[in-house]
Amino acid sequence: MAGTGKAHLRDDQNVLLRVEDLVVEFPIGRTGLKVNAVSGISFDVLKGETLGIVGESGCGKSTTGRAIMQLPSPTSGSIMFDGTELTSLSGEAMREARTKIQMIFQDPISSLNPRRNVRDIVLEPLSIWNRGTKAEQLATVDKILEHVGIDPQRAAESKPHQFSGGQCQRISIARSLVLNPQMIICDEPVSALDVSVQAQVVNLLEDLKKEFELTLVFIAHDLAVVKNISDRIAVMYLGKICEVSSSDDLYRNPAHPYTEVLLSSIPVPDPTVAVKKVSVDGEPPSPVSPPAGCRFNPRCPNASDRCRSEEPTLREIEPGHFVACHHPLTGGEAPVTVRSN
Amino acid sequence: MNQSEMVRSEHEPLVETIDVKTHFKTPRGIARAVDGVSIQIRRGQSLGVVGESGSGKTVLSRSIMGLLPRNGVIREGSVRYQGQEIGNRSDKEMQSIWGREMAMIFQDPMTSLNPVMKVGKQISESLRKNLGMSATEALAVAEKLLHDVRIPEPARRLNQYPHELSGGMRQRVMIAIAMACGPNMLFADEPTTALDVTVQAQILELLSEQKRERNMSLLLVTHNLGVVAGYTDEIAVMYGGKVVEKAPTKTLFANTKMPYTEALLSSIPRLDQPSHSRLSTIPGRPPDIVHPPKGCRFAPRCAYVRDLCLNEEPELQQADSPDHTYRCFFPVGSPEYLERRVELTRKGELVASEGSN
Amino acid sequence: MSTTSVTPAPEDTIVRKKLGFGFWLCVTWIGLMAFIAIFAPVLPLKSPTANFLDSARGRPPYAPSWSHWFGTDKDARDVFSRSMYGARISLTVGFTAITAGFLIGGSLGVISGYYKGWIDRVSSFGFIVLLSFPSLVLAILLTSLIDRNLLTVSLVLGLLSIAPVGRLARAATLQYADREFVLAARQIGATNRRIIIKEILPNVAIPMSSLALLGMAVAVVAEGGLAFLGFSVQKGITWGGLIQLGSDASKTLQDSPWIAFFPILMLFLTVLSLNFAGDRLRTFFDVKETTL
Repeated sequence: MAGTGKAHLRDDQNVLLRVEDLVVEFPIGRTGLKVNAVSGISFDVLKGETLGIVGESGCGKSTTGRAIMQLPSPTSGSIMFDGTELTSLSGEAMREARTKIQMIFQDPISSLNPRRNVRDIVLEPLSIWNRGTKAEQLATVDKILEHVGIDPQRAAESKPHQFSGGQCQRISIARSLVLNPQMIICDEPVSALDVSVQAQVVNLLEDLKKEFELTLVFIAHDLAVVKNISDRIAVMYLGKICEVSSSDDLYRNPAHPYTEVLLSSIPVPDPTVAVKKVSVDGEPPSPVSPPAGCRFNPRCPNASDRCRSEEPTLREIEPGHFVACHHPLTGGEAPVTVRSN
Repeated sequence: MNQSEMVRSEHEPLVETIDVKTHFKTPRGIARAVDGVSIQIRRGQSLGVVGESGSGKTVLSRSIMGLLPRNGVIREGSVRYQGQEIGNRSDKEMQSIWGREMAMIFQDPMTSLNPVMKVGKQISESLRKNLGMSATEALAVAEKLLHDVRIPEPARRLNQYPHELSGGMRQRVMIAIAMACGPNMLFADEPTTALDVTVQAQILELLSEQKRERNMSLLLVTHNLGVVAGYTDEIAVMYGGKVVEKAPTKTLFANTKMPYTEALLSSIPRLDQPSHSRLSTIPGRPPDIVHPPKGCRFAPRCAYVRDLCLNEEPELQQADSPDHTYRCFFPVGSPEYLERRVELTRKGELVASEGSN
Repeated sequence: MSTTSVTPAPEDTIVRKKLGFGFWLCVTWIGLMAFIAIFAPVLPLKSPTANFLDSARGRPPYAPSWSHWFGTDKDARDVFSRSMYGARISLTVGFTAITAGFLIGGSLGVISGYYKGWIDRVSSFGFIVLLSFPSLVLAILLTSLIDRNLLTVSLVLGLLSIAPVGRLARAATLQYADREFVLAARQIGATNRRIIIKEILPNVAIPMSSLALLGMAVAVVAEGGLAFLGFSVQKGITWGGLIQLGSDASKTLQDSPWIAFFPILMLFLTVLSLNFAGDRLRTFFDVKETTL
């Protein structure tokens, strides 16, 4: 499974973020080994679009999100955001650039400082950047808190632990909005929440996206949630992208065997639908020594010799639908390429 | 066991709770975490207990198993296991039940495993303690157990520490430990919430397979109705410390009575909806269990609420079939429900009323 | 309570946790000691150095009586007023030592826990070296080399508290440095300095402040130990020194136990109060972080 290949990148004036050949590696202590968290992926996001990145833990989706923010900076690759190459920015310039991209994290409790009061937490970005007078700052904060459904009065008097998980996530969202960013990266924003609360937060994000004209990158492991909120989805596996498509198309015509596995693993809330036998065994192998060829081959029911030696690249199987697989479920076999390595 | 006892155990529930109440003393007052719950689980049957955070689902399973803190807890009602009262037993008396008769697996396999003890030792520990096996005997059984829970290379895993295993593998080890002494009753408290979707499906599959093979009863606690749909025989929906609807799984989905159950169901994002569809939500928050609302506990959040609901608490009603009960004055399908539904649809609030808050 | 569902949804009623009667009793005692330590010279106390020889009662030491509540020592000096004056040096040394230890050890610990890398390696090595000396021996060594006045004795004890305080501060910082709220602060553009001051310190300082009381207790005891061995402030009255006087010759302790007993009692009550108050404070500030 290869993320290598850029067939899916769009040549559009409207591209807000364009990531090319992103590689992130972490050394493991003094062993000389390294974790290949992200191994050369490319993708782009248009203004006003929501890109979903979906995959299991360890596939590199969160690392990708953080690499965009340069937290930490990637090992190699290019990240163009609104015409600026983020990887070449100095510390101070990057600090400034980050205000245009904001991030929301998975654990709503851990992402808020337990000892500060909530209004203060949301005010912090404005006070770092000295935007306006104190009174103006407070007015902005209260307005945004109301927007996300948190009572400003209560926020001024309470610490995060006095709010529920869903409310804490709303507070995080408020904090990410006060600087008026162009893009928000949501890293598993609803996976720690109850289903009923998940829906509230997803709806809120949809509303805010329209109102604040935001571009979203929505990272999650639950394809059902990702599908609902995204325009386009990139499926990741073990540091590579294996399929890119519009979200409805991905559900109707999954081309990569791994995408199908993800789809069939989602429990259907209907007892009359027979539980599908999971067509995949085991768990992803360690990103320290990823398998040769297509990275999904050890778990893939359709793996051939070719999959074990040659890494597939992303190619278009129908307009706007790209897959990195030699034997996709739709769209025909990959043409045999002679690769000189 | 003589003949009559055999017959009795066939028909009587393996585990039964009668009006169990578990209240905690907190600085704010008495928290009614579980407030009068009666359920039965027959041998070989699986029951899903579903609810939001704070609904009392976790406390209920711990109350049955007797795994509650000894201080600051008020317990009432009766818990029966194979016809015997166990609700009032001390920890010491429960020792003979834990592991051998009842076992539990938790949400986070990392924190429930001992990080400094090898996997093999953790499994064989309870075998040696409860079944009096020798060390070598226990290790051999442990290896077989790991094989049973589909862990590849079980012999090698025995000598590994929990941190050397992936999340899914750790949960399998937890299941192996729970299975070690062949319990009749397994409690699984959000066993897949911390896991990836593909692994979640594998673990649920494994649990129901173990249940079938061992003729074991299973109580599956979760917040996601979707998770339990395919893996349980019966479902109890909890809200604010009470069971608000209980029915065989198929009946519950096909003939939902309680508006809360309906709302929970429709809040699950579905793959067959087009993307960007508005998700249904339940407005507001779960009730304060220290000062629960006066009438129906769900009334303040219910789209179909009427004055009666706010003032009087509904008793358990029986639906069309005797094994389907619910707590609601105006259940799904009742004239009042339909009337309100028409109103809501006309106002275009149906999605929104279940939806945004 | 361990169960997740128990934590009630925090509604309007916010319950104030209470510190309890014991805590305030301890604080009162510590406050009283501090008051006496500061104002001893202006309080109506007998002179701690004067000899109150009483020919009617024969040879000193005199047992406790109306005129001398805690009795007198062999030189007929009033044990009560000496015990009061003893609070001055003991508490000052304790306070200064722990303040120095916290300023140096605490900031080293926070900085090495936050930045990690080489700063951490160097300071952690320093802590280990300091901890590897038996602290009493080190204290005796250092104090025997210097002019033993209030400041130097305090600083020596402060030096000894750097390593334990630093290690605790480092551990507390490590616990928070990787939390998502720190990452969140970085992504809104906070500088490292701001993150340390606004995000890390409030979390580290409160548990550490209760430790300060416990640390002060240790320093007071350590000073007592030094004084007992004759290595504390020269020419001053300290509890340790008084205890030593009351137990120097083998017969003194048996024949006139009050000379040592009352300073011991003062030391004991003060250290107990510090420990108890510190412990209560720690549980009081233990913020519950999960309501999920």
